[in-house]
Amino acid sequence: MSQLLEHAQRILESARGDEEIEVYVASGVDTEVQSYQGEVEELTTATSNGFGIRILNDGAGGARVGTAWAGSLDDEAIVNALREARDNATFATEDEFVAFARPDGVGAVSLTLSDDAVASTPLEEKIAMAIELERLVRGGDTRIRQVDSANYSDYVAEAAIASTTGIRASYARTGAYVSVEAIANDGGDDQTGWGLSAGRAPHELDVEKAAADAIRRATRMLGAVKPKSFKCTAVFDPRTAATLFSIIGGALSGEAVVRGRSFFANRVGEMVATPSFTLLDDPTDARHFGASVYDGEGLACRRNVLIEKGQLRGFVYDTVSARRAGTASTGSAVRGGIAGSPSAGCRALQLAPGHVDQAEILRRVGNGVFVESLIGVHSGVNPVSGDFSVGVTGLMIRDGQLAEPVREITVASTLQRMLLDVVQVGNDLEWLPGAAAGQSVAIDNIAVSGT
Amino acid sequence: MNNTLVEHDVLARTLGEAMARGAEFAEVFVEDRTTSSAMLDQRRVEQLSSGHDRGAGIRVVVGDTTGFAHTADLTESGLKAAARAAAAVARGGGGGVREIALGALRDNPSHATILPGDVDKARKIELMNRADDAARSEGSSITQVQVALGDSTRQFIVANSDGLFAGDHQVRTRFNVSCIAKGDTGMQTGYRPIAGTRGFELLSADAVADAARGAARQAITKLDARPAPSGDLPVVLAGGSGGILFHEACGHGLEADAILKQASVYAGKVGQLVASPLVTLVDDGTVEGEWGYLAIDDEGRPGARNVLIENGVLTEYMWDYLRSRKEGRVSSGNGRRQSYQHLPMVRMTNTYLLEGDSDADEIVAQTPYGVYVAQLGGGQVNTATGDFVFGMTAAFMIEDGKITAPLRDCNLIGNGPDVLQRVDAVASDFSMTPGTCGKNGQSVPVGTGQATMRLTGVTIGGAAA
Repeated sequence: MSQLLEHAQRILESARGDEEIEVYVASGVDTEVQSYQGEVEELTTATSNGFGIRILNDGAGGARVGTAWAGSLDDEAIVNALREARDNATFATEDEFVAFARPDGVGAVSLTLSDDAVASTPLEEKIAMAIELERLVRGGDTRIRQVDSANYSDYVAEAAIASTTGIRASYARTGAYVSVEAIANDGGDDQTGWGLSAGRAPHELDVEKAAADAIRRATRMLGAVKPKSFKCTAVFDPRTAATLFSIIGGALSGEAVVRGRSFFANRVGEMVATPSFTLLDDPTDARHFGASVYDGEGLACRRNVLIEKGQLRGFVYDTVSARRAGTASTGSAVRGGIAGSPSAGCRALQLAPGHVDQAEILRRVGNGVFVESLIGVHSGVNPVSGDFSVGVTGLMIRDGQLAEPVREITVASTLQRMLLDVVQVGNDLEWLPGAAAGQSVAIDNIAVSGT
Repeated sequence: MNNTLVEHDVLARTLGEAMARGAEFAEVFVEDRTTSSAMLDQRRVEQLSSGHDRGAGIRVVVGDTTGFAHTADLTESGLKAAARAAAAVARGGGGGVREIALGALRDNPSHATILPGDVDKARKIELMNRADDAARSEGSSITQVQVALGDSTRQFIVANSDGLFAGDHQVRTRFNVSCIAKGDTGMQTGYRPIAGTRGFELLSADAVADAARGAARQAITKLDARPAPSGDLPVVLAGGSGGILFHEACGHGLEADAILKQASVYAGKVGQLVASPLVTLVDDGTVEGEWGYLAIDDEGRPGARNVLIENGVLTEYMWDYLRSRKEGRVSSGNGRRQSYQHLPMVRMTNTYLLEGDSDADEIVAQTPYGVYVAQLGGGQVNTATGDFVFGMTAAFMIEDGKITAPLRDCNLIGNGPDVLQRVDAVASDFSMTPGTCGKNGQSVPVGTGQATMRLTGVTIGGAAA
C-alpha cells in the first residue's frame, strides 16, 4: 500500500460514529528550469504535500458536507482541519442528493502513468535540455530575434483517496515538458510562436521538434496583416482544436447540466453535431496526457462516449451530480488539488479521427482562414449561452493552400452552431497536455472580424 | 496578530546558509494564509471550505541566475535544507556560511475592521441568501442564482541578505453573484463582483443586494440581445471595468521583465508619445482597501503610486527587485507572487486611467453609431506583438447618440500602441473594478479603473453577418 494511502486511512480513524469522512492526500516533487542567453535564468526545485478532508453528516432532510484543507501533513493541521470541516458541515443545507462515492464494482484498469526516469535523471541533464532548446531556436533561423523563455519542467505526483464509505485508491503520475517562445523579426513587426514537447519522462521529449515548431510558427507570421471582416470556413490546427474540444467538454459536465448551466441540458438523443463528429472522454487510454486510473473520488475511470456520430449520448458525472440527475457516476470526478471539492469533468477528451490529413482538409476547404493560435478564450467564450468569440493569429487559405499570415482578428460563432458546422475532421490526432487531444477540424460559417 | 512565523535569528542563519556558496543575494519569504469560502447555489448552502497553508520560499541570486526552493517545514533544519536547495545554482565559490545582519522587523498591520475569523458563518449565509432574494426579485426569467463568498487572511515576512526585514498582514474579502436568465432565445448570464482588501465590513446588506440585482438585470437584458457586430467601430467604455483595456493594452507591456528581454512593444520608448494626450495611466499599490492594495509588495518594498504614462508620454515602467537590480535602480514596489511556492515577478497592483473633464452622457450623445460597453469581463495580451483582446459581458448598440439594442457577449481585439492613440474622450465618473490577473501561471488580485471613455475605433469580434 502506498504511504499516502496509509496516511489517509489513519485520518479516517478520527471518524465519529455519526459521520462519514473522505480524505484526499497528495504530494509532489517539481523541477523547473528556465534558460536565457545560454545560462540558467531560474531553477526551481520544490516538494509539497497536503490534504483535503470532507465530512458528511446525515440528517432527516439529506446530508450536509463540510470541507477543510491544509498544505502540510502534520498532526496539528489534521486536528484543525477535522474541527473546521465539522463546523462547516453544520452550516450546509441538508441535501438528499449529497453523498460520498461508494465502490461501484467497476474495476480499475492497469495503466503505467509514471516513469522513474523523472526522479533519476540528473538535474544537469534537465538543465542541458533547456539550454539546448534555447540554442536551437536562436540558431535555427536568422530571423529569430529573441527567445523570451525556454523551459524544461517535470513533476512526480502521488495521491491517495480513502473514505469511510469504502473507497481506497492511490496512484502516481509523472510528466516532463519543454516549451519555448520565439520572437521573430525581419524588419517589420515582431511575431511570436511557441513550441512544445510533452512526455511522461525526459527521454520522451523531442527538443528539436519543439524548437522547429516555435521557429516555424513565429517566422511564418512575419508580415501578418489585419484583413477586412468576412465570413468563411475556419480550419483549426490540432492545438487550437484541442482548446475548442475542452470548452465543449466543459458543457458536457453533468455538474453544469444539473446546475442549469449547459446548453446541452435536456438534449440527450438529439443530433447536436455533424455526423462525422464523435467525441469521447477516455482516461483509460494511456496515450492521453489526461489518462488516469482513478477519478477524483477514487472510483475507477472509464471510457465515456459523449457525442456519437453527431448524437448527444450523455454527460460525465461525479457522485453528487449523478444522483441529482437520477443516474450513476461515470467515474468522472475531477478535483483541483487539495483545496478543491470534487466536481464532474472531462479529463481525456478525444475526437474519433477522420480520414483525411491537414493538407487534404485545406484543399477541400479551398478558401478560408487557418487558426494557429488563440487569445482571450476565457473572456470570449460563454459556456452557458454558447457565444464564442476569440482572438486569433493564423494564415489565409487560398486555393487549398496556406497563404499570407493574418493577425489581430477574431473568429466568432456559437458553440451550438459550430458543432453542426464541422465539415472536415482530420486524421492527424496529436496528444497534447491538458484535458483534450487535438486534430485538425474545419468549421463553416465563421465570422472573421478585422478592419 | 504578531508576525512571529519564524524567529529573527533563524531567518538570519537561513540567509547565511543560502549565501554560503557564493551568492550575491538571498531572500526568505515566509507566509501563513487562512482562507474560507462558501457557495449558495439554487438556495442551497454548499461547499463550505476552510483552508490553511504555511511555508517558506527561498531564492538565491548568482549573476543572472536565480535558484528557488520552497518548503512547508518552518523549523531551522527545514529552512536550511530549502536554502541549500535554492543555493545549488551557485557552483563553487563560497567561503562558508555568511553572517547576515538583519534589521528589526518593519511590520504592517491590516486595515480590516472586522476580521474574517470573527464573523459568524450564519451571518455570511444570511448575506448570501439576501443576494439570492434580491436577484430573483428582478424577474421570473432568473432561473439560476449562484453566490460565492470568500475571504483570506495572509500574513508574511520577508528577509533578505541586504538586511531588509519586513512583514505585512493582508485581509481580502470577495463576494460574487452569477445569474442565469432563461428565455425563448436560450440562456444568458449576468455577473457582479464585490472585492476589496478589507474585512467583512466590505459587505453591507445593501451592497450585496445591489450587486445581485445588477447581475440579474444584466442576464435578463441579454435575453433580447442580438449578435454583436463584426468589424471596426467607435466604442464607449463605461467607467469601472473598462480599465481592463489599459491593463492589457499596455499594462503588461510596461512590466520590466518583458522590457528587459525586449519582449514588449514598449521597450525603449520612455519619453515618447505612445498614447493620446488624454491618457495618464497610473499603477498604484497605495489605494487603501482596493483589491490590488498592498502596504509592501512580496519583496518587502513599500507599495507606491507610479505614473506610467503622463498626457500620452511614456514616463516609467514597473519594476521588481531582480529587474531593478540589473538596471542599478530601485524597485517600484511591483514585485508580487501568488504564494510562498512561487517566485516573485513584476506585477500590476491597481492600474487606472486618470479621469478627464468630459461628461459621460455627452460622450454617448456625441457618438452617432458605435458600441457601448457597460461591463468588461477579462482579457489577454501578447506583449511582444501588442495584440490584445478584452471581452464584453454587457454591451449595447449606440445609434444616433442613444444607447439601444443589447448585444451578445464577444471579444474586442486591438493592438496596444494603436488603440492607445484612439482615446478621444475621457469623462469624470471614475470607478474601479476588482479582477484576477494571471501571468506565467501565477494569479494575483488586481484593481483596474477608469472613467467613461471613447475609442474612435476598435475591432468588435461579433458573429453578426
